[in-house]
Amino acid sequence: MSLDREAREKLVRALAESMIGHADELTSLDQAIGDGDHGLNMKRGFEAVLATLPGLADKSLPEMLKAIGMTLVMKVGGASGPLVGTFFMELGKGLPEQPARTDLVAAAEKAIDAVKMRGRSEAGQKTLLDVLVPVHAVFAGGGDARAIEAEAAQAADRTTPMLAIRGRASFLGERSIGHMDPGSRSASLLISAAVAALEFEATS
Amino acid sequence: MSNSSSGNVGIVIVSHSSKIAEGAADMVRQMVGNAVPLAWTGGDTDGGLGTNVAGILEAIEAAWSTAGVAILVDLGGAETNSEMAVEMLAEDRRARVVVCNAPVVEGAVIAATESSGGSSLAAVKRSAEEFYA
Repeated sequence: MSLDREAREKLVRALAESMIGHADELTSLDQAIGDGDHGLNMKRGFEAVLATLPGLADKSLPEMLKAIGMTLVMKVGGASGPLVGTFFMELGKGLPEQPARTDLVAAAEKAIDAVKMRGRSEAGQKTLLDVLVPVHAVFAGGGDARAIEAEAAQAADRTTPMLAIRGRASFLGERSIGHMDPGSRSASLLISAAVAALEFEATS
Repeated sequence: MSNSSSGNVGIVIVSHSSKIAEGAADMVRQMVGNAVPLAWTGGDTDGGLGTNVAGILEAIEAAWSTAGVAILVDLGGAETNSEMAVEMLAEDRRARVVVCNAPVVEGAVIAATESSGGSSLAAVKRSAEEFYA
């Protein structure tokens, strides 16, 4: 996969527009079981990322991903900053400049492991890992763009009946059951946005 | 927001609310005066409730002591952001900063009291955490 400057900028804009456009939805999910700031936090983070364009897209793909991660860490202002930021930073660290699919699979696995360590969490605890882990399995198993997008959406839906073990939602105990995890929803949206932007690139 | 150049362990208070962080720092000051380096941070980068890595890094810098720095946090994001901030420190400083698993107000007061007697970073952390146990 080779992303030219235009494609890199398109990817950044797609990710940011997805978070900015869904800020209200993410906030209302978070109001149900968290502190109600997830939408605003992700919007703030990605607005800060957008503000680093056009220079951001001048960087190589790995450097660009690391820079996005660092901006999210510094600007998001909730636990999702270090969690999502760590994912981008580690993904960038693990990729060569012109990654093949196998490089992406390997780098994403390392990035997911870093998120697990940062949050001291595993899949099954109603966090973004409940989207990242199954989507990675589909990706590693050769799934195409459609399959990845579908798994991302379904994986977020599957967090609804889960009991929260980590994060603010865990304070609610059983009352966390019946609401979709906001972090899983944002992870699913980011994956869909990335897949759509990259697929468009691949076919154009 | 900070002060003191003593060799005692520095205390950093991180809360989602700047008012809580500042208030806890006031309580620490009342207990130990200027005997320990102290700094606090609270709120996200827009001034709303939350915590931010840049603010935590500044607070660690402000409360820096060669004896190390103990960080007291409130809820989850404060802890995650504090751990991220510690990882972003220069390598020689990283091992001298700990995040305490203790309630933010009580932990800060106990940690500062322990520090004011010249205790090590490990002893300061242990005192704060024993209160919680």
